[in-house]
Amino acid sequence: MYTTNASRGLPRHRSRYPAERYTRWALRGLVAALVLALLWLVLAFHLNGQPIFAMLFLVLGAALGAVFTRRRLMSHRYIFPAVASMALFVIFPLLYTIGISFSNYSSSNLLSEERVRAQLLSRTYQEESATFGFQLYGNDEGVQLYLAREGEADEREAELEAALEGVSRFVTGPMPLAQGEGRHVAIQPAPGEPSGEALPMREVIANRAALQELVLVTPEGLELRMVGLRHFAPMLQRYAARDDGSLYDRRDDRLLTPDHETGFFVADDGERITPGWPVAVGLDNYARIFLDPDIRGPFLQIFVWTFAFAGLTVAFTLMAGFALASLLQWDQLRGKALYRTLLILPYAVPAFISILIFKGMFNQHFGEINLILDALFGIRPGWFTDPWLARTMLLVVNTWLGYPYMLLLCMGLIQSIPRDLYEASAVDGGGPLTNLFRITLPLILKPLTPLLIACFAFNFNNFVLIALLTGGNPDILGASTPAGTTDLLVSYTYRIAFQDAGQNFGLAAAIATLIFVLVAGLALLNLRLAKVRV
Amino acid sequence: MAMVQPRSIRARKLAAHLALIGFLVLILFPLVLVISISFREGNFASGSLIPENFSLEHWALALGIPWERADGSVVQPPFPVLLWLWNSIKVALVSSLLIVLLSTTSAYAFARMRFAGKAPLLKGMLIFQMFPAVLSLVALYALFDRLGQFVGWLGINTHGALIVASLGAVALHIWTIKGYFESIDGSLEEAAMVDGASTWQAFRHILLPLSRPILMVVFILAFVMSIMEYPMASVLLVDEHKLTLAVGAQQYLADHNQRWGNFAAAAVLSGLPITVAFLVCQRWIIGGLTAGGVKG
Repeated sequence: MYTTNASRGLPRHRSRYPAERYTRWALRGLVAALVLALLWLVLAFHLNGQPIFAMLFLVLGAALGAVFTRRRLMSHRYIFPAVASMALFVIFPLLYTIGISFSNYSSSNLLSEERVRAQLLSRTYQEESATFGFQLYGNDEGVQLYLAREGEADEREAELEAALEGVSRFVTGPMPLAQGEGRHVAIQPAPGEPSGEALPMREVIANRAALQELVLVTPEGLELRMVGLRHFAPMLQRYAARDDGSLYDRRDDRLLTPDHETGFFVADDGERITPGWPVAVGLDNYARIFLDPDIRGPFLQIFVWTFAFAGLTVAFTLMAGFALASLLQWDQLRGKALYRTLLILPYAVPAFISILIFKGMFNQHFGEINLILDALFGIRPGWFTDPWLARTMLLVVNTWLGYPYMLLLCMGLIQSIPRDLYEASAVDGGGPLTNLFRITLPLILKPLTPLLIACFAFNFNNFVLIALLTGGNPDILGASTPAGTTDLLVSYTYRIAFQDAGQNFGLAAAIATLIFVLVAGLALLNLRLAKVRV
Repeated sequence: MAMVQPRSIRARKLAAHLALIGFLVLILFPLVLVISISFREGNFASGSLIPENFSLEHWALALGIPWERADGSVVQPPFPVLLWLWNSIKVALVSSLLIVLLSTTSAYAFARMRFAGKAPLLKGMLIFQMFPAVLSLVALYALFDRLGQFVGWLGINTHGALIVASLGAVALHIWTIKGYFESIDGSLEEAAMVDGASTWQAFRHILLPLSRPILMVVFILAFVMSIMEYPMASVLLVDEHKLTLAVGAQQYLADHNQRWGNFAAAAVLSGLPITVAFLVCQRWIIGGLTAGGVKG
């Protein structure tokens, strides 16, 4: 253990070697470039209206700049990359998740308020009270559309009248009628009908698809689209912004006021206009978990199952692992290396493959397990449809996956027990059971406890097993969120956030936050029991 | 060694062997079965462990070769398994290289230097590594979604995002390397520094060459963990040709259309190299996984 010159505040001398000097300058340039890149990101996020992310990268950039320019922080340069990536990809997401849990962030409240407003303001509708009848005129160069005003717009469409400038007849230049997504075609005021004969109705019907995609644009920028087979109507902006922040709905003649409690624009008649924006809802999500009977029931059931699953997994894997380790520790036994290698094979196969293998084997109709059971006892249990069978299957598979880890742990710990204790026991006439309960277990239990807690925490959050084997199914009946009888809390949050139609990120984050608290408790307990020496 | 031995040792040895062999048969049955199924004809074939209708159909399909059945119909490979495997390996290689890089330098500082906030940082890392990434997936998705607007290669549906996100899980590796560094006497580096080497030079030219084995271990560990990573990849990757093996493989056993035989061949093809690599390196991997920094 030593202290670097830099940390003592001693100056660094100009290097005698040019190569080293250049390297130092190159490093300085690299740091400067990184800081600049981060600042650019900060600016981009800020201008895009995402203050949280701008803040995140501002802190990151400032920390980078500080650590790599201050000589006193020389030691911190070594840890900065790792600590920064942990902060960015572990701690920030954790805090952000906790933040989301106090909001109504979901697929209906996804965009920021400005984006929602902009999206609503860009919506248009067809003003059908001011329609133009149209006719097609064909000649050698293509077709011409001739439009003549029919309906009279009511008074509130003064804007429309202004845009038309009193012109009531328009005509396009000759053009081919080809299909194309949203083709824009300019139209000009027409003195009268174009020369030639108007094409019959069946020509219009034949070209209906192309006509429907046409967008006609007047010199003033007003857009017209086809309505029905005989008319075009102007497209108007549906909403107009008012100074007080509300929106006026032209089509339905009503006022929409932004409701900052729910994050939606609300009409006079109470209708909510989607999309909305996320707003803080305080403890609503937590209240839903504990008070809403449709969520509380499934939540409690999943909560209990999660604990049972993690606890039973630890118990089963420990029993299997310990028994095998005791056997393999026996000096008289031959071929221990081969046994050991074969026994840890389940650990060596990637879990995502072995879980899928079991998924196939447990298949009710053609899975090998049911074929064997059918041949022996004439039964074909529905492993994926019956809740208790599904839970049993999960425990069986997880024991298969997890016992090698326990085996290795126990082998290591048993090996560290002094041999002469067993010698002494044998001299005094102690049998295997005495050895087990008086020597082996007491001696390995203490170092094993923190590892068992870590194992419990891991299985508590064993998302991959559930996601790949049962997907949480069979479902709990009567739940308003996607909840399954084999779901763990983690897979439950995942399904609420990513597989439910409503994508209720806020509720999922609230449950995730509860799990964070539990895991933090386990981690602290673990740290204390393990007596970690730094 | 003069052991005091109880009687009836022979019978007990036999019983132990029988118990172990019985257990092994039970445990290894799924693995043997999958190898057998990969050579059976058709997707729903049942039968003995040694296939009666031996067929390479599933293997050809897994390797991306269209297979012509006896009746003349040609079966196209259902999924690009080799591409998925390549994606997995690519992501795992880059991310584990970066992880080794990041964790070595910080482990060096944690093992050899005295600085403000060292103890809380180390303990904090131990605590934070217990939080599973699944729980903050919403936040990670939001982060990469926003980042992708400005930096294309870090957006959703890129391997860059997956690689970068895996860098959060360095705590375990830092502890492993730190433990190793602490077992090496620091006097060699101090001697170098007395002779004028900088801290970085002492680290780079003295300590690093001494710690090649542990760097290999951490690299392999990170590689295996990255190959098996499922939750983040399942959310960050969308297009079929971008998927990693862990996410793609489950498509074989979709609820409505289970391709059991095709899956078996793909599973053996992709699982075997990983399994063999694990077994070859088991001595080091197991040391890292079971001991790590958290010694009892």
